[in-house]
Amino acid sequence: MRRIISLLLENEPGALSRVVGLFSQRGYNIESLNVAATEDPTLSRLTLTTQGDDHVIEQITKHLNKLIDVVKLVDLTEGAHIERELMLVKVRATGAQRAEIKRCTDVFRGQIVDVGPTVYTVQITGASDKLDAFLEAVGDAAVLEVVRSGVSGIARGEKVLSL
Amino acid sequence: MELLSGGDMVAQALEDEGVEFIFGYPGGAVLHIYDALFKRSKIPHILTRHEQAATHAADAYSRATGKTGVVLVTSGPGATNAITGIATAYMDSIPMVVLSGQVATHLIGEDAFQETDMIGVSRPIVKHSFLVKRQSDIPETIKKAFYIAASGRPGPVVVDLPKDITNPFDKFEYNYPKKVKLRSYAPATRGHAGQIKKAVSLLLAAQRPVIYSGGGVVQGNGSDLLTKLARELNFPVTSTLMGLGAYPADKQFLGMLGMHGFYEANMAMHEADVVLAIGARFDDRVTNTPKKFCPGAKIIHIDIDPAAISKTITADVPIVGPVDSVLSDVLELLSEARKEGGDTDKAALAQWWKTIDGWREHAGLWTKPRYDQSSALIKPQWAIETLYKVTKGDAYITSDVGQHQMFAAQYYRFNKPRRWINSGGLGTMGFGFPAAMGVKLAFPDADVACVTGEGSIQMNIQELSTCTQYKIPVKIINLNNGYLGMVKQWQDMQYEGRYSHSTYEDSLPDFVKLVEAYGHVGIRVDKKEDLEDAMKEAFALKDRLVFMDIHVDPHEHVYPMLIAPNGSMRDMWLSKTERT
Repeated sequence: MRRIISLLLENEPGALSRVVGLFSQRGYNIESLNVAATEDPTLSRLTLTTQGDDHVIEQITKHLNKLIDVVKLVDLTEGAHIERELMLVKVRATGAQRAEIKRCTDVFRGQIVDVGPTVYTVQITGASDKLDAFLEAVGDAAVLEVVRSGVSGIARGEKVLSL
Repeated sequence: MELLSGGDMVAQALEDEGVEFIFGYPGGAVLHIYDALFKRSKIPHILTRHEQAATHAADAYSRATGKTGVVLVTSGPGATNAITGIATAYMDSIPMVVLSGQVATHLIGEDAFQETDMIGVSRPIVKHSFLVKRQSDIPETIKKAFYIAASGRPGPVVVDLPKDITNPFDKFEYNYPKKVKLRSYAPATRGHAGQIKKAVSLLLAAQRPVIYSGGGVVQGNGSDLLTKLARELNFPVTSTLMGLGAYPADKQFLGMLGMHGFYEANMAMHEADVVLAIGARFDDRVTNTPKKFCPGAKIIHIDIDPAAISKTITADVPIVGPVDSVLSDVLELLSEARKEGGDTDKAALAQWWKTIDGWREHAGLWTKPRYDQSSALIKPQWAIETLYKVTKGDAYITSDVGQHQMFAAQYYRFNKPRRWINSGGLGTMGFGFPAAMGVKLAFPDADVACVTGEGSIQMNIQELSTCTQYKIPVKIINLNNGYLGMVKQWQDMQYEGRYSHSTYEDSLPDFVKLVEAYGHVGIRVDKKEDLEDAMKEAFALKDRLVFMDIHVDPHEHVYPMLIAPNGSMRDMWLSKTERT
């Protein structure tokens, strides 16, 4: 099962490598990862997606919690949450395709953020499956380059991951 | 407020921490620190002959005393040589602080002379690590290192110190914190009351209980409480390799369990209905095939580390907390339950003990000799039993890794915690001798013997020189069978006796001459009838290192031995020809 694990990490050199190292060391898989400082500059927020059954996820969260640099951790998939990923995709856009891609972008509520004589660069935000669906819709042949941010997430409602 | 240089701060912090010994080896990046140590000359420093030996000595000092071991090494090769010792301590959860030199901060990343990314190299084998970037951070970082190493589930902590921040010219305010708090680190201090209650009712209802005690009982100083609990309940106790000595070798003790565990211990685990695991981690050397482990048992698991619980074997009652506090709570609830008329099932227990005694009679190692006592050759088991007799069971025994380690674990009946010092998790050959040095320095009046083999001892034999320099009179019990014995055993059992690179083709040194060259005493023993007197002579030489080169039967195997793959704990070889 796919899980989104989000954590607050000491914003210190080496902290990220401990998190990433844990996954390779223990044979777990990271599907996506993003990390940046929070409003408190001493803390980073790191969000990763991984696959595993309940036993594996329990081990992952326990081992992450054991890292001295990890301050707090939440498995967002355990409750209602909002998931977003940003994608920038460069697609071939010539002739009739130009209009088709524009339409497709509108359908997915994306934006064309750069225009060239033969290419568009499209920006799309949403859950990962929406981004996948867009790529499928425009087709492999048109896609020249894909850049995805990895998943960010936050719990719905009053729940807050903070100190 | 005192102004100190970085080098002085390191030395002062170690003094403030109450450090008794530093085990180390100087080099370019730590020269400022070494100069500070020279000028202050407060903490004795033991110059080993290899950084690996320094880490093992510090590690064993910690295992024997319960205090944190301290290592000081230089950058690059000094740091990488320490790696095996750090990994050894990590696998067995031993508190250790390793101070490593680093090239100057402006050179980091430039492939400077003797530069290694120590933080990166050590990352998977440390509890935590620090690269200190500013002089003023030194005191607090060292305080944190000691706090993290010794608290919770203990482990090694590396503090990497670039040379420039220890220079003698720049001085800063020194203030050693009395306490540190880390917002992201709070080890459990009490077990969950509800879970403990559940555990107690399971224990009281048990028909075929076993207490499975591990290294955590030794590390967590839970030995007395475990003994009290086991005796109050009249439950059988088995111990992992790491836990030996936490419970004394009395009639309730089933011996070690696992790969080379006692028949009665492995059988009892397999047949148990309630297993109380304390500070043990269901290691693969214990469980055999996890799916077939304890098929009928409810499992109560007490451990300080939540990640150890339900890692390989799912716990029915998980209890996260320090072993001493949890066991006190268990004992308290037990006496409350008794006041209300609750008690163990005495009839069921009597039946259970009868079954266990049957197993003991059938194949127990302590019930009657299970090796050939009429053999003219010295059997390694017999050598260990002689060692037990001569030292009256009261020595500190360190060991290397292999057959001799298993024989020592089986036949030296440990009655006290912290007396059996071996590398269980990593299985590091070369551990035993430097470990004995660390223990002997901590307890100069105690008998300290390193049980080893001609393979392992040669992995850190250079320490004979260290023992000459500091007059460390340990005894080395070398069970010399001319083979890498455990490798040979597996090759006998699984590779039709093809001894691929497990012998030395007459290249072994004359160990007696070798140790004499270092100024020590060597005794070679070939004859069975000479062994006991020779051993008495060795231990009578209180102030000399004595190397006993004991030539044992080269073809002896360690039994029992769990049958893998796909075996359960009741599937064992009991001898070369007999299996369960």
